[in-house]
Amino acid sequence: MAANGSPKPEPMAAKKASPDLLNSSFSFKSLKLKTKQQELLLRVSILGLVYVLAFIARLFSVLRYESMIHEFDPYFNYRTTLFLTEKGFYEFWNWFDSESWYPLGRIIGGTLYPGLMVTAALIYWTLRFLRFFVHIREVCVLTAPFFASNTTLVAYFFGKEIWDTGAGLVAAALIAICPGYISRSVAGSYDNEAVAIFALLLTFYLFVKAVKTGSLSWALGSAFGYFYMVSAWGGYVFIINLVPLYVLVLLITGRYSMRLYVAYNCMYILGMLLAMQIRFVGFQHVQSGEHMAAMGVFLLMQVFYFLDWVKHQLNDTKLFQTFLRITVTSAILVGGIALGVGTASGYISPWTGRFYSLLDPTYAKDHIPIIASVSEHQPTAWSSFMFDYHILLFLFPAGLYFCFKRLSDATIFIVMYGLTSLYFAGVMVRLILVATPAVCLISAIAVSATVKNLTSLLRTKQKVPQTGSAKGVGSSKSSSKVTLDQSQPFHKNGAIALLVGVFYLLSRYAIHCTWVTSEAYSSPSIVLAARGAHGNRIIFDDYREAYYWLRQNTPTDAKVMSWWDYGYQITAMGNRTVIVDNNTWNNTHIATVGRAMSSYEDEAYDIMRSLDVNYVLVVFGGVTGYSSDDINKFLWMVRIGGGVYPVIKEPDYLVNGEFRVDKGASPKMLNCLMYKLCYYRFGELVTEYGKPTGYDRARGVEIGNKDIKLEHLEEAYTTSNWIVRIYRVKPPTNRL
Amino acid sequence: MAARIWIFSVAVALFLSFSSGHDLQIVNAERRIDLSSHIVNAFLTLKVENIGKDPAADMLLAFPPTQIKHLSMVQAMAITGKKKKKTYLPLDVKPTEQPDAPNDTGYFLVSFATPLTPGETVTLEVLYILTHSLEPFPSEIAQSESQLVYYRDSAVILSPYHIKQQTTFFKTPSARVESFTSVDPANRAGKEIKYGPYEDRAPYSYAPVIVHFENNSPFVVVEELVREIEISHWGSLQITEHYRLTHGGARHKGVFSRVDYQSRRSISGSSSFNALLAVLPPKVNSVYYRDNIGNISTSHLRTGFKKSELEFEPRYPLFGGWRATFIIGYRVPLEDYLFEAPDGRRYLNFTFGCPLVETIVNKLTIKVVLPEGSKDPSTVLPFTVNQDLQVKYSYLDIVGRTVVVLQKDNVVPTHNVPFQVYYTFKPIYMLAEPFMLVSAFFFVFVASLAYVHIDLNIVKK
Repeated sequence: MAANGSPKPEPMAAKKASPDLLNSSFSFKSLKLKTKQQELLLRVSILGLVYVLAFIARLFSVLRYESMIHEFDPYFNYRTTLFLTEKGFYEFWNWFDSESWYPLGRIIGGTLYPGLMVTAALIYWTLRFLRFFVHIREVCVLTAPFFASNTTLVAYFFGKEIWDTGAGLVAAALIAICPGYISRSVAGSYDNEAVAIFALLLTFYLFVKAVKTGSLSWALGSAFGYFYMVSAWGGYVFIINLVPLYVLVLLITGRYSMRLYVAYNCMYILGMLLAMQIRFVGFQHVQSGEHMAAMGVFLLMQVFYFLDWVKHQLNDTKLFQTFLRITVTSAILVGGIALGVGTASGYISPWTGRFYSLLDPTYAKDHIPIIASVSEHQPTAWSSFMFDYHILLFLFPAGLYFCFKRLSDATIFIVMYGLTSLYFAGVMVRLILVATPAVCLISAIAVSATVKNLTSLLRTKQKVPQTGSAKGVGSSKSSSKVTLDQSQPFHKNGAIALLVGVFYLLSRYAIHCTWVTSEAYSSPSIVLAARGAHGNRIIFDDYREAYYWLRQNTPTDAKVMSWWDYGYQITAMGNRTVIVDNNTWNNTHIATVGRAMSSYEDEAYDIMRSLDVNYVLVVFGGVTGYSSDDINKFLWMVRIGGGVYPVIKEPDYLVNGEFRVDKGASPKMLNCLMYKLCYYRFGELVTEYGKPTGYDRARGVEIGNKDIKLEHLEEAYTTSNWIVRIYRVKPPTNRL
Repeated sequence: MAARIWIFSVAVALFLSFSSGHDLQIVNAERRIDLSSHIVNAFLTLKVENIGKDPAADMLLAFPPTQIKHLSMVQAMAITGKKKKKTYLPLDVKPTEQPDAPNDTGYFLVSFATPLTPGETVTLEVLYILTHSLEPFPSEIAQSESQLVYYRDSAVILSPYHIKQQTTFFKTPSARVESFTSVDPANRAGKEIKYGPYEDRAPYSYAPVIVHFENNSPFVVVEELVREIEISHWGSLQITEHYRLTHGGARHKGVFSRVDYQSRRSISGSSSFNALLAVLPPKVNSVYYRDNIGNISTSHLRTGFKKSELEFEPRYPLFGGWRATFIIGYRVPLEDYLFEAPDGRRYLNFTFGCPLVETIVNKLTIKVVLPEGSKDPSTVLPFTVNQDLQVKYSYLDIVGRTVVVLQKDNVVPTHNVPFQVYYTFKPIYMLAEPFMLVSAFFFVFVASLAYVHIDLNIVKK
């Protein structure tokens, strides 16, 4: 694509410039670059621009709001990173956190993926070593954009590997601004996914490269990429299942080769050993059902190798056929028996619920309400595919077509990656992220191949009059198309129209991505912004107001009970002990909190006393019309609580299967703790002009119980827009 | 018993007055104590006469031990001329120790401008400021209650000298006074309580009184303030102020109700405060207001020619005992604050104290971060502070920057006076950091050049 500058005098210029490069470096003519150099310069500058673009597109959140950590999980990551930089690695590794999951506590070192924190801490330490005294918060905020930029580089090399440099450049450009990826990597979304996508793509790229070259060093690189991925995100399970699947497909399609053998064995064995170093993963690679596919394929590879060897030794095909049959059946039999015995004896753990819910989208809804309650675990709507992929959704099938047209080990990989990840993206909203690189790469192939075909069509067209005048001096390259073009003169216009169309689509994509990034994906969700009546920006900073109040004005050993969504934020920003948090490892504990929230006050008081709770925090959007508050989440509390304690029954809170908070609500609903805490003294307030007092703006109804009396709790603090309400649990009254 | 004490105190007083070397008496004394905010300002007008035979160069001011530890500042001025032609002459005041001071009485020594000849009189105006001297009672109040405080003092002025005639006025913020100790003649009119006039009181006379009154003024107490002033010779002064603020009044008890607070503002939380005002230098820019967990979006800045005002709110209203920590940072142009002394040294001229209005700072630390390569720092201050030197590393520092640390306790707005820090600095050091950056980039390019041109392959292609 860069060759349109000066196509003619390539060899001459190359000869002239190279020997006396130093002598003539000041003469004007020698400043003219060779075509190859031009192409390199163009490529490097495009990549550099894409690198910068990927970074700055993600800074919208800093511009719109501030340099802050977003959402829920990133606050935990930030807190642990802070701990790591302050106390050092060994303290971090052995950290027992008594501030969460009171009274159980949590072994942090053994229950997290440390990749992200260690990465951020390393960046921080390097910068400090270079005398750049940045704050760790800034490092954490900018980690995600930095790694997104790095991902574009990997995407370029990956694209180059599976197609050509053009496709690589397009892939880099597409992934740099793809909303599906930006949604999880804006500045401030300091989450595992931020580095994991980079690690995922790097592992895949290195593995494809290893398969292509059969080189041990690439396979080794891929193993280390896998190790980084394992250290960063639980999504590594996708790699450890996709890679064996890919190998299996290659085996079945008869593409077995020594290259594949070297690549897979090295990657699997080393990757597994390295992954065992992560405490949270431990021996799962040999003990868990989710990792067994990789091991099975590994054994199958050995069988294949053995058979290959035997085939070499035996020259008799018939003998080999019988031998093949015996070996394959016995291998499968042995493998099956081993798996059966392992599972039966409990050595190999069965698949986890999360894994099941990926394969079967309805599984979580029926069995694990705690997974189903998270909005990002919902099945994806078509609109969100359109929102996150835009034109890539149409380019993807086209790219698949091109891939199938030029089938190779590498394209087979990207096709499999694309198809499987797209299925998972359909099952869970958050997995759109995993599919994004594949979709971008395959679409890039479509764009690049189309543009390339069209431009080559155009260029040969341009040469047609030339060749016509010079009478048959046409180059041998274009001669095949010349014959085609002369017969169909409309091709030129058609190609121009198509090219314009492609560029129009791509520019629409760029506009869409920028718009989505600035409007939808840059909100930190801690600070809420709204437009006022005069178009001015109103900021609701209630969360931080409440957390900072907790931090400053409560005893340092106070225990705060809230729904688990806010656990990480309370410990990170409020610096207080919580009962449950976003690491939902103990369902019973969460159910206890759910039960307390959905019981009557005196029953809830006993539960709270038994948990040593000093403060209760609820989120309430009735004044501002903020809809993701605790009342709207309440049914999940009931469901999760009822899943463990059958005393809590969902129908008690519903009227004819309908969830209501107004006068028609069920009596249990109107008097449960959550209702009381949210609407305490709300009945005295006029929220909207022309509406009665106690009008809930989030649900658009007048509340049903305006006269709420609290017996065992008292209002400790309510934020300025009522979004967060904190109650103090009174000590028991004297029994005298 | 009482007689014996009296005799004893007279004996001590006589001894003391002799020990100070002068024989003075106070002809007329008037004391006005302003209790309207939580900083107690006392204005003392003394007419001093030398009744001895030798000229007196100085006199003593005595303070009871309960006040001496809350005493933030004592200033004295001599008044010459009458009525409209009054001129004030600041006098030197410094704390002093007296042997055998009765009941740990504290003293300040005021040096006259010219020694007082026998028989001569002089009129002195003394201002002293007390902090943390209003004790909330009841010590815990609910949201709807207003705040009542005790103020303890003496109806007569504590002095090592004989006072012929004296009066004391207490000015309360509102007419609501619950009670006051009566020491005849004492009466109250509106916001003012008058004790006196009392005639011929012996040295060290003391008549304890308690005034119990309503005070809803914001008790803004900064427990600790660290101000860091970083000098950059590239043209700006970066100031970062770390506040640890608390409401020093009666502790909040029980419920905080948002409904009451937002709808019945006049009677609810009357002693709480939610707005603060900081007076910043003019031409201030890049102002920010944040805390440990991010920006705080409630602030307004008004810049002016003489001063800038930053009006801001903490994240939540502060009730008694509630705390807030935050950081305010801003930048001012260097040319207004950094000058060159005649001897070639540079000096920084900046304001001491806390920019917040009407606040007490329990512990103030000012850190002046000099540019890297500065030498021989020295400070000039109108009062004594603890001084220390530290080293700070900032962006691209190699040897670190010298930090002059000034530390003072119990600071009130009256301490907002200029101070100077002198140091020597060679301008060539300014180029060190750009040079480092340029050379770093240079080496990167040279390295990449070298990498491109060197063939690292073992096998020849």
